Amino acid sequence: MTDPPSLLGALPKTHRDRLLALARDSSFPTGERLFDEGGPADRFWLIRSGEVALDLYIPGRQAPVVETIGPGQLLGWSWLFPPYRWHLGAQTLVPVDAWEFPADQVRALCTADPELGYQLTLRCAEVIGERLQATRIRLLDLYAPSTGVS
Amino acid sequence: MSRVMPPLPYRVTATHPETADAVSLELLPAAAALPRFRPGQFAMVYAFGVGEVPISVSAIRHQDGALVHTVRAVGAVSGALCRLRPGDVVGLRGPYGTGWDLDSAAGADVLVIAGGIGLAPLRPVVHQVLDRPRRYGRLGVLVGARTAEDLLYRDELRHWRTSAQVEVTVDRPTPGWQGTVGVVTGLLDRSELRAENTCALLCGPEVMIRHTAQALIARGLPAHRIQVSLERNMRCGTGHCGHCQLGPLLLCLDGPVVDYAGSQPLLAVREL
Amino acid sequence: MSAPMAPAADDAVIGREGLAALVDVLRARGFTVIGPTVRGGAIVLDELESAESLPYGWGVELEAGQYRLRERADGAAFANAAGPQSWKTFLHPARVRQWRAERSDGQLTFETDDTPPPRFAFLGVRPCDLRAIAIQDRVLATGRHADPVYQGRRSGAFLVSVECTEPGATCFCVSMGTGPAAGPGYDLVLTELADEGGHRFWIRSGSPEGAEVLAELPGRIADDAIREAAREGVSAAADRMGRAMPSVDLHRLMAGTLEAPRWDDVASRCLTCGNCTMVCPTCFCTTTEDVTDLTGDHAERWRLWDSCFDLDHSYLHGGPVRPSSRSRYRQWLTHKLGTWYDQFGSSGCVGCGRCIVWCPVAIDITEEAAALHDWANRPADNGAAPE
Repeated sequence: MTDPPSLLGALPKTHRDRLLALARDSSFPTGERLFDEGGPADRFWLIRSGEVALDLYIPGRQAPVVETIGPGQLLGWSWLFPPYRWHLGAQTLVPVDAWEFPADQVRALCTADPELGYQLTLRCAEVIGERLQATRIRLLDLYAPSTGVS
Repeated sequence: MSRVMPPLPYRVTATHPETADAVSLELLPAAAALPRFRPGQFAMVYAFGVGEVPISVSAIRHQDGALVHTVRAVGAVSGALCRLRPGDVVGLRGPYGTGWDLDSAAGADVLVIAGGIGLAPLRPVVHQVLDRPRRYGRLGVLVGARTAEDLLYRDELRHWRTSAQVEVTVDRPTPGWQGTVGVVTGLLDRSELRAENTCALLCGPEVMIRHTAQALIARGLPAHRIQVSLERNMRCGTGHCGHCQLGPLLLCLDGPVVDYAGSQPLLAVREL
Repeated sequence: MSAPMAPAADDAVIGREGLAALVDVLRARGFTVIGPTVRGGAIVLDELESAESLPYGWGVELEAGQYRLRERADGAAFANAAGPQSWKTFLHPARVRQWRAERSDGQLTFETDDTPPPRFAFLGVRPCDLRAIAIQDRVLATGRHADPVYQGRRSGAFLVSVECTEPGATCFCVSMGTGPAAGPGYDLVLTELADEGGHRFWIRSGSPEGAEVLAELPGRIADDAIREAAREGVSAAADRMGRAMPSVDLHRLMAGTLEAPRWDDVASRCLTCGNCTMVCPTCFCTTTEDVTDLTGDHAERWRLWDSCFDLDHSYLHGGPVRPSSRSRYRQWLTHKLGTWYDQFGSSGCVGCGRCIVWCPVAIDITEEAAALHDWANRPADNGAAPE
């Protein structure tokens, strides 16, 4: 994937360039633990290739995967809001290539340039909204075995 | 104009259990054959003494006239059909309905998006596009299922991967599942959608169809390039029983495949 | 007034004995003659063995939710408006066996009943009902698929229309453009006159077979006086319609008022009994029933009238698409007056008024349409444009 990921795609080029200037390429092998629930949310990623599973810790059980994040998608938004702690854990399912952004520098950039900050927050909110909607739809269990009587 | 005829007997020549509650029935005419089916069309399938249900054709074998119907046990008739064994005979009427408009997809990328049993009516589309690769652009197949065990045509999906982008996501990962978890719209970010020249074909629960069509429109695909297969109660298949109305549409004649641009306002009206 | 007329005559005048001869001629030609007759306090449609069974001297008083017979002094046979039944009872029967299936030795065979249906002659088809038959033709016989049951019964049917001179308080055919004069489609048409000039019928043919039958009837040549009197009677009836459908584009009105509050209002009155759909001469919905005998080797498929007011009508695995009476009444009305145009190129309503008469809570289709029209044209509120 050579296009900018959708999170950045909608931003004006100047904003995009300033954000990408903060990013560094990162690669992870299969099974790499990227973060754990409750840990400091000090960075986020835009996935270029590969797949990352988000999980929740439940004592006595293997952590269930609640969603996966793949190419073109934003991994991590807990860095946006205090207390900057991860809500979920993350682990790669396959080798992953991503842009990694340092959260403190991005937040500082947002503070210094409120227009950029507003646009980026708007885009993140859109992503969060889409995921909330997707989660609600999964709650419907649309493909569940029928309970009908016909 | 054709006269409504009684069903023609078709013999079950093979049954393929697809999931815990879905079976593919391979059917050959016991005597006379029905006219040719096109992808997206359906037959009224009669289980002896129990009743008829509309079921889209999930594979069309032109060499010997075999039809495959993938049936999910959701009621008395579909349950009876799922219990059939090779050698049993069903009644078949059809072909009914519009079918997928693949002519309008010529020269364009074809993006097939299916949820659950919705992959069944779309499978003949994949077959046709794979058979005539030069007629179409790239083929993408995005599939959502409840769990990996609920996925239809698992062997075929692997085979399709050699010539198409095939992405699968599940609502619930079961042990051993290493793939994507989430709704099917999440796969759109993973597919290389060329919105200016893509024809999208959607089938699944209506909520999934609406949500996916909106996500495609948000990504720049015009509504008239989205075809959706809709479902309503059907008793006759011939436009006479009045059950399958969705506003102005009689879905057995005007559907089940309709253009999203035209059907979107209808789907937005509650209890229409 | 006894010798058969010359076959060349396009129209004629017949008396009561001519009407009796009409029934006899039709029966002699092999028709099963169906016409109005009084039974159980109503004018029903049934087989007529002779014209004596016609409702001579009976009129009706109609109002929303009301139907009463009343005697007439003039002895007229057709001075009454639509009864509870329509001709669909015979052309699109309420219960039909579609096929029989037999299972033996691993074979499945299907059989249809190939007995030819009776050749019907319908005597007393009102102009509104003549249009209703044309509408059902479009739905059941000339679409992409033809229903063989309807087609078999319809193709041989002989239609004797009777123009309306005594409309009921629930009639609104004028506003639907379907009456009280007969449109095309009849084999014969009668206009009844019962006045100081006597009890007589102006009769015209509308088909070669109609002309043949007409030629066999005892009568006399029509003159301009009787033609004039008959036309006046029909035209006077047009001025005495009990009701009128609002003269607006109903197709558009229905499409634009799907969320009108009026649907909640009518839903609070509607019992969803489905009477309106049973008496409607164009409602065509059916459902199916599969039955087997005790051996389990013989099965039958039956088709039965159904109603969009029935919860199961919209059943989709899990539940009905239209669980509320609001949505079911809306389906009926918007289909009848609106989406019928999309599906079959015309209105599904012919203005017969049966749905008004036979509604147990007196819901009036013309009043509901008018209320929707009023809502659509309500004054703009808060600067918003009316729909």
